[in-house]
Amino acid sequence: MNKQSRTTRTNKQGLSSGILFCLPSIIGLTLFMLYPVLASLYYSFCSYPMLKPPIWVGFANYKALFHDPVFYKSLYNTAYYAAFSVPIGLGVAFLLALLLNQKVKGMALFRTMFFVPSIVPMVAGSVLWLWILNPQYGLINTLLMALHVPANLIPGWMADPMWSKPALILMSTWGVGGSMLIYLAGLQDVPVDLYEAADIDGATPIQKMWSITIPFMSPHIFFTFVMGFIGAAQYFTQAFVMTGGTGGPVDSTRFFSLYLFQNAFQNWKMGYACSMAWILFIVILLFTLILFKSSARHIYYGGEK
Amino acid sequence: MKKQAGFARILTYAALIIFGICFSLPFLWLITTSFKPAARMQKWPPDIVPMQPVHVQYQGRSHDVYLSKDSKEMILLERLKGGLARFQPISNHETAPVVTSLDDMTEKVKFGLEWRNYSRGLTFIPFFQELKNTLIVSLLGVIGTILSCSLVAYGLAKTDWKGRHALFIIILSTMMLPAQVTMIPIFAIFAKLGWVDTFLPLIVPSFLGNAFFIFLLRQFFLGIPKELSEAARLDGCNEFEIYRRIVMPLSKPALATVGLFTFMAAWNDFMGPLIYLVNENKYTLSLGLAMFTGQYGSEYGMLMAVSTVVTIPIIVLFFFTQRMFIQGMTMSGIKG
Repeated sequence: MNKQSRTTRTNKQGLSSGILFCLPSIIGLTLFMLYPVLASLYYSFCSYPMLKPPIWVGFANYKALFHDPVFYKSLYNTAYYAAFSVPIGLGVAFLLALLLNQKVKGMALFRTMFFVPSIVPMVAGSVLWLWILNPQYGLINTLLMALHVPANLIPGWMADPMWSKPALILMSTWGVGGSMLIYLAGLQDVPVDLYEAADIDGATPIQKMWSITIPFMSPHIFFTFVMGFIGAAQYFTQAFVMTGGTGGPVDSTRFFSLYLFQNAFQNWKMGYACSMAWILFIVILLFTLILFKSSARHIYYGGEK
Repeated sequence: MKKQAGFARILTYAALIIFGICFSLPFLWLITTSFKPAARMQKWPPDIVPMQPVHVQYQGRSHDVYLSKDSKEMILLERLKGGLARFQPISNHETAPVVTSLDDMTEKVKFGLEWRNYSRGLTFIPFFQELKNTLIVSLLGVIGTILSCSLVAYGLAKTDWKGRHALFIIILSTMMLPAQVTMIPIFAIFAKLGWVDTFLPLIVPSFLGNAFFIFLLRQFFLGIPKELSEAARLDGCNEFEIYRRIVMPLSKPALATVGLFTFMAAWNDFMGPLIYLVNENKYTLSLGLAMFTGQYGSEYGMLMAVSTVVTIPIIVLFFFTQRMFIQGMTMSGIKG
């Protein structure tokens, strides 16, 4: 009896001090999460030009979106970017990590070389690449000209709607250092005795890769893939900086988030932008769920099956 | 067998060196360009290291020096129509000037750094004002994040109450929510408060917790032995004292990681300043550089100089905190 009253007392104390400690998050979640999520859902059914209060319009925003060619174009651009930049980036990161994991001399130096580009401030990196990709005097085209690539085959990069997305994908590959570090840490955890056993059995390097390295790395690959996809779906800063916020040439770099931003803060169509945000949210949610469901069988978490 | 292993090693090094060049070349290009004079920017083939034209004094005036095809030094006296120019051979002042096509001559250059890109770039954008703004936003953001996230992490890891697990799950799940969903209502709140074009929208949210850093600190706090807080409790410490005197001092490495990543995120942040800062004297460096690029997109020397200056602090920070950095980066992957 006495003991029970004591536990209730400490529980009560725990509750009050626990809530007190968590107060910043409780306020933050209410003010900057719960309320905004509900409000943005509500706004997505409203006409809301910011200076006037929102007016309920039902599904009008969503209907307009499905008839908006630029909306489809932005979806296409984003899908294109994600479909190439994520797998290419992860492939390069994995290759770099494998190379660094070969107990090479100067490993720290190479690791720094590969990692540092990923911490260059995004705006500065975009400005730098704008210069590197300059169609006439940029580093890449200068090299191509030096290799005597015919003039009609030299890409116009950010000046050509056909080459602008590849240009951004190329630039994103420069910044894969973060994923590389994650892979490198993972590779160092793969048990060495497995490789030794495989060597005794006469396994080829490719067999070792498929049967040991890839299964052990699958949680890391999955994690970077999901994060990479979520990041690509929200791709914004580089496209904004490199096109002066226009998404040009000919809408070829008007990505979903960029179009959303333009609707919200340039056209002041807040309701329209909110309905876009909800579509983005649902797409990300669905895609992540599908990834989790479809990959569950293929991911190996050391020990537990 | 052994020979093959040696061959694989050579291949590994070759691949590392090729990738190494590809990954560092853009950097070298950034630095080189930032020191090139505008006139040398569009030369073909481009200068690998910054070069500057050579000048000589001739009859009381400064002139450019050119090299003829048989590599004789010539002084450029004046440019004429149709790509022609009048040159005075440098070796012999007595001979009469010759007129030849400029295409047949190459400009004589020597290694030299164009510091003017920096002095002009840093005055063109109000650099020091923007640096001050960026530092205000980043440093207050660091203080706010460390304070709020450590408090919440303590509440989740070290106090015992019913809803803490549910709260932890809710906090974690907010990481899935794209910022675009909440961006507009949050803007509406700050607009109502009259905080647009102030730093407050960029600073205040950091005092209200960040899901990822709360997660990071909670994991760290869980690793601090219970006995320490129990002993302190017996000595009559209350929860806040345990937090301040025991848990916080023991968590310096984790707090430093959080501080470092917060600082970098604030230094890099573009969308926040873009949405909230209107007046040019409120701009942060990222925003200032982007706007400057929009207006003076062709002044690459200046642009590269400013980009270099914006990048260097981050690189320096990285070199001083390398171990912490790499641990923090990989920590985010290990939970996967």
